[in-house]
Parts: sequence; structure tokens; C-alpha cells
Amino acid sequence: MEFWIQGSELKVVKLELHKIRQSFKQLIVYKSALIGLLIILALISISIYTIIALPYGKAVELWKAGEKYWLDNPRNALPSWVNVFSSRKLPETITLSTEIPRAGISKVIIPAIGKLNVIRIEFSFNYEYDDFPSELNLFFRSKFNISSPHLTIHWIKPDGEDIVLKTLVISKEENYYISVDYGLAYDLKNRISQKLSKPIEYGMPIVVSLFVVEDDSALNPDTVKVMKGVYKLWIEGTTFETDTDLDAKLNVYGKVYGWAGTDHLRRDVGIAILWGTPIALAFGVTASVVIAFMNIILGAVSAWFRGYVDTAIQRITEIFMILPFLPIMVMIATFFRPTLFNLLLAIIALSIFGAGVKTYRAVFLQVREFPYVEAAKAYGAGNFRIIFRYLMPKVLPTLIPSIVLSVPDFVFLEAVLALLGVGDPLIPTWGKIIEDAFRYGALYKGLYYWVLEPSFMLAITSMGFALLGFTLDRIFNPKLKEI
Amino acid sequence: MTSLVFIRHLLKRGIMILISVLVAVYATIVIANMGGYVDQIIKSEIYMAVSQSIRQNPAFKFLNETQFKKMVEDIYSNELKRLGFDKPFLYRSFNYWKDALTMNLGRALFLSSESGSRNVRIIIAERLPPTILLFTTINLILFFIGLIGGLSLSRKQGSLIDRMITMLVPLSSLPGWFYGIFMILIFASFLRILPYGGMVDVPPPSSAFEYALSVLKHMILPILSWLIAYSLISTYSRRTFFLMFSSEDYTDLAKAKGLPESVIQRRYVLRTVLPYIITDFSLMLISSWMGAIVTETVFSWPGIGYLLNAATNAFDGPIIIGIVVIYAYLLAITIFVLESVYGILDPRLRAEGGEVGVT
Repeated sequence: MEFWIQGSELKVVKLELHKIRQSFKQLIVYKSALIGLLIILALISISIYTIIALPYGKAVELWKAGEKYWLDNPRNALPSWVNVFSSRKLPETITLSTEIPRAGISKVIIPAIGKLNVIRIEFSFNYEYDDFPSELNLFFRSKFNISSPHLTIHWIKPDGEDIVLKTLVISKEENYYISVDYGLAYDLKNRISQKLSKPIEYGMPIVVSLFVVEDDSALNPDTVKVMKGVYKLWIEGTTFETDTDLDAKLNVYGKVYGWAGTDHLRRDVGIAILWGTPIALAFGVTASVVIAFMNIILGAVSAWFRGYVDTAIQRITEIFMILPFLPIMVMIATFFRPTLFNLLLAIIALSIFGAGVKTYRAVFLQVREFPYVEAAKAYGAGNFRIIFRYLMPKVLPTLIPSIVLSVPDFVFLEAVLALLGVGDPLIPTWGKIIEDAFRYGALYKGLYYWVLEPSFMLAITSMGFALLGFTLDRIFNPKLKEI
Repeated sequence: MTSLVFIRHLLKRGIMILISVLVAVYATIVIANMGGYVDQIIKSEIYMAVSQSIRQNPAFKFLNETQFKKMVEDIYSNELKRLGFDKPFLYRSFNYWKDALTMNLGRALFLSSESGSRNVRIIIAERLPPTILLFTTINLILFFIGLIGGLSLSRKQGSLIDRMITMLVPLSSLPGWFYGIFMILIFASFLRILPYGGMVDVPPPSSAFEYALSVLKHMILPILSWLIAYSLISTYSRRTFFLMFSSEDYTDLAKAKGLPESVIQRRYVLRTVLPYIITDFSLMLISSWMGAIVTETVFSWPGIGYLLNAATNAFDGPIIIGIVVIYAYLLAITIFVLESVYGILDPRLRAEGGEVGVT
């Protein structure tokens, strides 16, 4: 007797499995579902790659490391691949350092009279881009005891013009931000306008005046041209102690960087785009699966037991339906600053008694009257055995589409909370990038890539699950299929 | 007799919903002040503000350190009393509860209304009209697009446009505010023909007509983004319902009787579909209350959602709680009204007084 019952139960499960397998075959027939599946698979591969290539701890550390770590990156740079689509080549960043010797860098220290040394550093680089650099910085590191070195910095344009940028006495760690030296900007502008013997009517930034073709085209900010060729930066100095050493690094910041560009803190946006993927998938899928199962269990319990249990569950559900979900989430996120995991827990806790409970209860009220359930009751199956082995498997297939369809909702919920500025502050996610971009006026400044990249990821994720979900819905709900 | 049953049913539901609101609002207050965490933050902020204001006041320059400390403590404890912090949370929670339910929402800690008031009710009341204006407009447009589009599609089942819309429906999985970003990008940032956000031009036009025109201009992008996001799904779901009900037996019978198509549509299809359409509309409405938060933030639309964002950034507890309470009331009223409408539309409910949930 016992054996027979086991067999019949197994049969129910087998039947369901068979149904699912058959549905999967049907799924491939639909093109939209195939596209959806491919998108999801691609996102999963990106996630696996990200987790292996850039471990979580490292990503978080890189993301919050601040500007110091990213000092060699340009600020708000476009992704590099824009150069492929444009005839106007935007500059890449050029970094030259005496600590990393290569062609175009030379450092000589010549002993002069007594303790005096003459030091000469020369950086030369080929500049073949169609746009001006974004910034120009010079970093010094020197070793001395008391007397600091005395330096003169020269800039030599491809046409041989020699410009003295600055004469300075440096400390042990000195940064010279050339592009924000406003006195120099004034002098350089005057030099060019004297040369052309015409006044320059606009504020010419240093990155322009150091790289510009000095003819009449320089008079108008719309027509200025870049002088292409080999530039030299020349540092000549005197040191006053025998064992003084000096290293210098020149950064000519470009306007493109990496495959994703950089943000306002010079960080590589790519890190957040990559890490956003596993986080969005894990967050969305966990939330939708757990909530759906909680709802379905509660719905089944409510419909099976009826009476007080039913009343209690229904009343609690109604209370939760009155609680405005998003404002409460915003409130919780503001007051408690939860980590991403706690945020997930809060979302689940608020959704356990969601509207789904009522929907599933209505379905289970019909299912519980089916003869096979009555048969189970007749052989003496326990309440929970009936709920988990008889009621739930029956409804599960129809549940799958709605689980898949609700994944984007939770992906977007995380993005919404980040966008409202109450997301997990440590973890780089897509929503956070959009929030940063909005906060620092990306749309006003025309930095579209900053908004478009995370938006594209959000959209593609959402579309993947939606395409799959809508097709599943048609397969599992035959009534829709005919229509 | 039947109407009496219905009224009793409505009364029952009304009381149930009222109890739900009571519990929900209390839960909100408890969640908001879990473990007194918020109290602690607000207290330390008050302390900072008090000591700074005294330190910066030249009139108190002569005070030495102990006098200074005493003065700070005095003003600080007065300030705490003003905000009701000297009583235990349980006591305060019931106070808060009563205040919240009677919409006596207290004073904001940091934000103030346009007119300079710190009264939370005034601040929220000031922001309610813009939200209602924008989202009622959006919902009405969506409702009619869905109804008309769904009806005409259900007649042309299998046509090119029908298949296209079915194919494009997954686009509706992206929320309205998300399309809003692209709308801003295209129409404000790139083409520069429509404003980035806000409700009126700055400075606001003086004549009423120009003012209305300016508001209308600011409404275009938010409405457009919601239409792009949700008109497909609402058309599609209406169409599905119409098709389901036009293949019912009684519709077939009506056809067999030779009734004209328009009568069948109106009397046999629309009539039975109406409760579902109302459900759909209600869900749309409720989700628009929620979606308003992000949409208003993206478009800087000065409504409740935008206020919530501002209150979040300023850590203004009373306003946040106030907004949650307002939303709870809005939800409760929507649900109650819908249940009544349901009863009127669905004769079964009137007869049995049974339970047909809205959602």
C-alpha cells in the first residue's frame, strides 16, 4: 500500500518534470525566448568572468580608493572605442615617468662645481590626435636633506618654439598642476596674441595654448587646431647636495579611457558595469524566487486550512497591502543604511505577505477540491504533505513565468534605491553609476556615456527576462497561446 | 434586500481596511524608529547644532569652558523637550500614532514649505497637487489608450500591427522613469527643445494662461516617458481580456443569434471585462503613486515623490513618516473605492456579499 502511494506521487512529479522538459523544447521554437535566454546566458558569463577576474574585495577597494589611486586616469573620459566611429581622433592618456624608463625619456645628472649637480630630465612624446588633452600634470619626487633642488620647466612645441612654463623650488613631493596654473594661462595667451598681433577674445585654457597651431585659426574657440608632432617637456635644474636624486612624471590626460570611460573621480566605470552584473542577477533572481515561494506557501496554507489560519493570513496580507512598499523601503534604507544583503532581506520581509498570497489562495481554493487531493486525504496524508507534495507541484509551472517576469522589477528596485541615494554605499552597481551621473550633471554636460552604459545594462537585463517570461507565459497558459 | 447585503459587505470591508491602516501606520512608526536609532542620530545632530550656534554667537564669547558646556546642555535639553525626546519611545510611539492618524504630522526638522512653514501637513499639502495633476493625467491617457487600442486590436487579431505589439510588449518591463532618462537625454540635452525638469519656467510667468502653458510644456516629457513604458502593456493586457471573453460560450450564442458586432462588444464583452479593466486600472494607479517617487526625482517635478527624495537626503524623519502615512491613506482609499465600484459592476458580489478581492 505504502509503495503504491509513493509510486503515484512520483508519477505526479515525473509528469510535471516531463511537462517542463516539453515546455523547454517548445521554448526554443520561439525566437524571442531564444534571444532572452541568450541574453541571460551572456549576463551569467559576464558575472562568472567578473567574479574570477576581479574578486569582490578588490573591486570594492578599487571603487572606494578615491582619487589618489586613479591619479593617472583622465576625469570624465569617454570610452576608447568612440575613436573607431569618429574621424576625429580623441587623445589617449600619455604617462611618462623617469621611474619607468623607455624611449623618449631621459634623465642625466652631471656633477658640477663642489656639491652642485646639474640635472636634466627630458620627456618627448608624439601627439597625433585631433583634440586637445583634458589636463596636464607634473609630479616630482626628490631625495635631499636640507637644500631643495631648483628647477626650470621648458615646453617645446613641434615647431621648435621653446616656452618656459615655470621656475620653482620643489619639496620632497611636489605636484605641479600645469593645466590650472592661471598665471601661466594669461602669459601664454598674451604670447600667442602678440605673435599674431591680434587680441584673443576668449579664455584660452592651457591645454589649448600649449598644443595650438599658432595662426589666425587660434583666434576663435571653434576653429582652433591641434599642432601634431613631437612635443618635449624639459626640466633643467640645479641640486645642492651630492646625493640628491629627482624623479618626475608627466601626465598628458586624454579624453578617452578603457572600454567604459571614467567618472568624475577618474575611476574606471567598467568596474561598476562589470560588478553590477552579478549583483543585479543575484539580487533580482533571489528576491523574485524567494518571494514567489513564500507567497505560494502562504497561499496554499491559507487555502488548505481555511478557518482561523486563513483569516489571520488574509488580514495580515491586507495590512501589508496598505503599507506603501517603495516609500517604506526608502525610509528603511535612509534610516538604517543597510548593506545590500540586508536590503534584500528587508525587501523579502515586506513582500512575504504580498498581493501574490491572495492570487495563489484563489488558485489553491480550486485545486484543493480536485479528486487526487481528496485521494491523498483519504489515505491519511498529513496537512503539510498535501500542501508541499500535492498542491504546490500542481501550480508550480504556472508560477515560473511570473517569477521570471518579476526579476526585472527587483533589478530596477535596487537601481531605484541607488538612484534615490540610499543604496549600499560600498558596492559599485549600475544604479549607483546613474545616480553619480545625475548628481554630477552628466546630462547637462553632455557626458552621455556615463548614463547610457549602466542604462544599457539595466535595459538588456530587463529585456532578457521579459522576453523569456512572456514566452513562458504563453506556453504555460494555453489560453494565451491560442490568442 | 440585495443592496442591504452589499452595504453590509462594504461596511465590513471599510472597517477591515481601516484596521489595516491603523496597524500599517503603527508598523511604519515602529520601523522608522527601530531600536531608537533615529532618535540617537537626531539627538546628536541637535547637540552639534546647539553647540555650534553658541560657539559662533559673539554675545557668548566671554563664556569659559564650563559655563559654555552648561549653556549647551541647557539649551540642548530644552530643544529635546521641544521635540518630545524626554519621554520613552513606547509613549512617544502612541503619540506619534495618534498624530499620524489624525494627519497632525508635526513639524519638519529641516525642510520647509515654499511659504516658509515647518508644518509637515502644509509641506505635504503643497506638494500633493503637482503629483495628482501629473499622474492623473498620465493614468487617464493610459486608460483610454489601453481601452481603445485593446478593443481595436482584439478585432484585428493576427494582423501585422497586432503581432508587432505582441512582440514589443517586453519593452514595458522597463519602468517609466527609465525611459524618462532617455527622454531628457534626447529632448532636453541633445535637441534642447524641452526643459530638463521642474514644473514651470524660472521665473514663473505672471499671467495665468502663460503659467498653464509653461506647466504643460514641462509635463510633456514625463507623460511621454510613461506612455512609452506602459501603453504597450496596457493595450496588450486589454486585448487579451477582450479576446478571452469574446470566445466565451455566451458570446458565441449572441453571435449565433445574429446580434450586431457593436452590441456584442458592448453588452457581452465589455460588460464582463469591466471588473478586470478596473483592477488593471487600479493597479496602474497604485503603481503610479509609487513610480511617482523616481519619476519626480528624475524630472525634478515638485510633488510628493520629489519631496520624499529631498527628505531622504536631509534625513528629515517627520516628513518621511508623513509621506508614508499619506501613501498608506491613498492606497486604502483607492482599494476601498475600487471594492465599491466592483460591487456595483459585479452582480454576483451584490447577491452573495462574497469576497472578490481587488488584487
